Amino acid sequence: MSMNKSVLGYGALLALGLVAPLVVYPVLGMKVLCFALFACAFNLLLGYTGLLSFGHAVFFGAAGYVAGHTIKVWGFPTELGVLAATAASALLGFLFGSLAIRRSGIYFAMITLALAQMMYFVFLQAPFTGGEDGLQGIPRGQLLGLIDLSDDFTLYYVVLAVFAFAFWLIHRTIHSPFGQILKAIRENEARVTSLGYDVERYKLMAFVLSAGLAGLAGALKAIVFRFATLADAFWQTSGEVVLMTLVGGMGTVIGPVIGAATVVTLHNTLADKVGPLLTVIMGVIFVTCVLLFRRGIAGEFARLYRSMVGARPREPRAAVRRPEAGLAPVAKAEEPKTQAAKGDPMPQGPDDWAYRLFAELDAKK
Amino acid sequence: MTDIFGVPVPALMGQLMLGLVNGSFYAILSLGLAVIFGMLNIINFAHGALFMMGAFVAWMGLNYLGIGYWWSLLLAPVVVGLFGIVIERGLLRWLYQLDHLYGLLLTFGLALIIEGLFRYRFGVSGQPYAIPEQLGGALNLGFMFLPVYRGWVIAASLAACFFTWFMIEKTRLGAYLRAATENPKLTQAFGINVPLMVMLTYGFGAALAAFAGVLAAPALQVSPLMGSNVIIVVFAVVVIGGMGSILGAIVTGLGLGVVEGLSKVFYPEVSSTVVFIIMAIVLLFRPAGLFGKEK
Amino acid sequence: MARATEFMRVTDLHAFYGESHILHGLDFVVNKGECITLLGRNGAGRSTTLRAILGLTGRRTGSIMINGREAIALAPHRIARLGVGFCPEERGIYSSLSCEENLLLLPQLGSGGMSLDEIYEMFPNLYERRHSQGTRLSGGEQQMLAMARILRTGARLLLLDEISEGLAPVIVQRLGQIIRQLKEKGFTILLVEQNFRFAAPLADRMYIVEHGQIVSEIHQHELQEKHYLLQEYLGV
Repeated sequence: MSMNKSVLGYGALLALGLVAPLVVYPVLGMKVLCFALFACAFNLLLGYTGLLSFGHAVFFGAAGYVAGHTIKVWGFPTELGVLAATAASALLGFLFGSLAIRRSGIYFAMITLALAQMMYFVFLQAPFTGGEDGLQGIPRGQLLGLIDLSDDFTLYYVVLAVFAFAFWLIHRTIHSPFGQILKAIRENEARVTSLGYDVERYKLMAFVLSAGLAGLAGALKAIVFRFATLADAFWQTSGEVVLMTLVGGMGTVIGPVIGAATVVTLHNTLADKVGPLLTVIMGVIFVTCVLLFRRGIAGEFARLYRSMVGARPREPRAAVRRPEAGLAPVAKAEEPKTQAAKGDPMPQGPDDWAYRLFAELDAKK
Repeated sequence: MTDIFGVPVPALMGQLMLGLVNGSFYAILSLGLAVIFGMLNIINFAHGALFMMGAFVAWMGLNYLGIGYWWSLLLAPVVVGLFGIVIERGLLRWLYQLDHLYGLLLTFGLALIIEGLFRYRFGVSGQPYAIPEQLGGALNLGFMFLPVYRGWVIAASLAACFFTWFMIEKTRLGAYLRAATENPKLTQAFGINVPLMVMLTYGFGAALAAFAGVLAAPALQVSPLMGSNVIIVVFAVVVIGGMGSILGAIVTGLGLGVVEGLSKVFYPEVSSTVVFIIMAIVLLFRPAGLFGKEK
Repeated sequence: MARATEFMRVTDLHAFYGESHILHGLDFVVNKGECITLLGRNGAGRSTTLRAILGLTGRRTGSIMINGREAIALAPHRIARLGVGFCPEERGIYSSLSCEENLLLLPQLGSGGMSLDEIYEMFPNLYERRHSQGTRLSGGEQQMLAMARILRTGARLLLLDEISEGLAPVIVQRLGQIIRQLKEKGFTILLVEQNFRFAAPLADRMYIVEHGQIVSEIHQHELQEKHYLLQEYLGV
């Protein structure tokens, strides 16, 4: 998409965000924005670097506690509390990331999940979190000492502004040289290493950035709801953010936002009516998306748009089995190219887009 | 009666036994995960749910059909194993050409569905399941009392693990499995029906999880949450042990169960997280896992 | 029209790896008891032909008749069970199995497979190394093992991919002897070979493959007069 089209698209989205409180409850809108930010931060890791972190809720939840504690107990002004929470999440991201990045693929996912679960138990037992009751009664305070945030409408626009800023940050990151390298890592890590880049360092940076932004989302949510809960750090929340990204479209910038809006709305409308069946519904959506709908909503729209505009169809990205050692020590050798999956957002094979990317990286050396 | 570190010996031995019992479950479950991962390259997130299903099949068998414990030990693995085969044939096999993470995501979704359905039907509280009378009571070993059922769980788990090891290392079917794991395409070209092996492997892994579930029914409470409670710890066990060997999975599972049990005696606050802490340490010094073979 | 002496007839075979179109309509015949060689430059599609016959590539179209059965749509393990033995280029020795386990692994594909004693008689060095881990064997021994494996199964059509590659001349000679013995026993052999000097004396007929198509057929007795073709396509 050309520059003008994306500007138009984002402009429309911003306009939508600005008028939303007239149509929906501001609190619901803020919930969507928080989870959208969470999902965008998560997608930075999954869709763009190719790392599935299954314990991302730990950053979301931890930030809520930090923000709540600093604001309520230590009397930090709101903006400082949020910043402290973001920094804390980034730090936690650094620690966990350093450990998890030692393995890749499925192991990475399991490690992040286990580390997050460890923190869950810490949160459960630690005194300052309030255990199962959570940290309640977090005051909203004032923004920069000037704007009173206790009004939902006011807070909505503040949250929207923060979201817009963070979204812009993510957008810039993705389209920067740093972002290009991340995309290249997802495509073909070995190749990036052979070009001389320290892949581990880039993965860690992406992880820290993702964790920090997830923390920002968590801090905002804690302030919106005046409440930091244990559930925010639970593995099921980690699963939900994966679902949001999957439904919305991995590897697209706008996908996670759409996914978050969809899932949060679904939650809201169905939670009272179906009770525990909600988990079942989430599971069904998961399974359906993985089997039939891997591109997600944004991905499908993009494909539709390209076919209507008559753009040269992007070569379906071949999805190759990553050699991953199991009981056998030998990596599974496959033929050079296998069946092309129907346009997979987790590509691993050659694609003229990727070739161009590597050519650019090559030229920069 | 002497004390060790201020803890009376019977209490210590009792916790040790409990630790071995938990460790037995960790061993069987991580073994099942490793076998499935070796063949399918998929981490079966639904493993915990299958474990839970095994326990529930036993419970439902007893309470709805009057089927006793000993029959359930046979029946639950068969039922859940067949269910596993249906999952593999119906859902998983569409994902083999893709990135392995999709398999993880699919089994995660399945876990949500299975657990959600059971939670809908049974709520979150646990249902009791009585210890069969042949295994009730306790043995007086002098330095401790050993509840017979705990001893049974450990023995039965070791037997199941040994059976698995024997099948894989010493039988023709196991040789087919090892060959298919190493080189699936070529093995097919030799006339071995690899898709069938894949299906049987997943079914077997599911059956193993269900077997552990039946063993667990009298020991833990039969609850829809028992799977997710244990699966994440089992993941950590798998990361610690590496998936390179069957023996490694067994030793790691048992060892970590014991460590967890002992920590409950000496340092209870840390008992729920000690396995994860060990995982972090192992990742720092030996990323491939204690028995891992790659990287 | 399938003739009684035909073991395999390939008609208009196209094969793909993903999006890559490797075989562009291959036609050839292999008669019972014959030794056929596929010659050609690297990348011409010779190995791909063998893999396509076994269903190891991506999409295939066309027809592959093996012993009167259409094999184009069959799964690899069913094709093997038509009596096809495969010796892949990479040899495919299983590292998680010992030499003897490798030997004993393959299921019977037909009657008349050689017994273990007969195998060890033909390949004495495999007997000495039978307890060694499969991949610890030398290159030559692994090649022998790869061939011995399929002889045990009762397969009558042998697909051999670059068996002389990277081996010492004396071992290549031994392989030639073995192929001759197999011919005498009535096996049908399809050989893919870079080494023209190894393959030519053994083959009843040779096909030259270029860009995924058969461009020439040379009978054993035509070798002299059609030498120019070999020079043109192979630079021999």
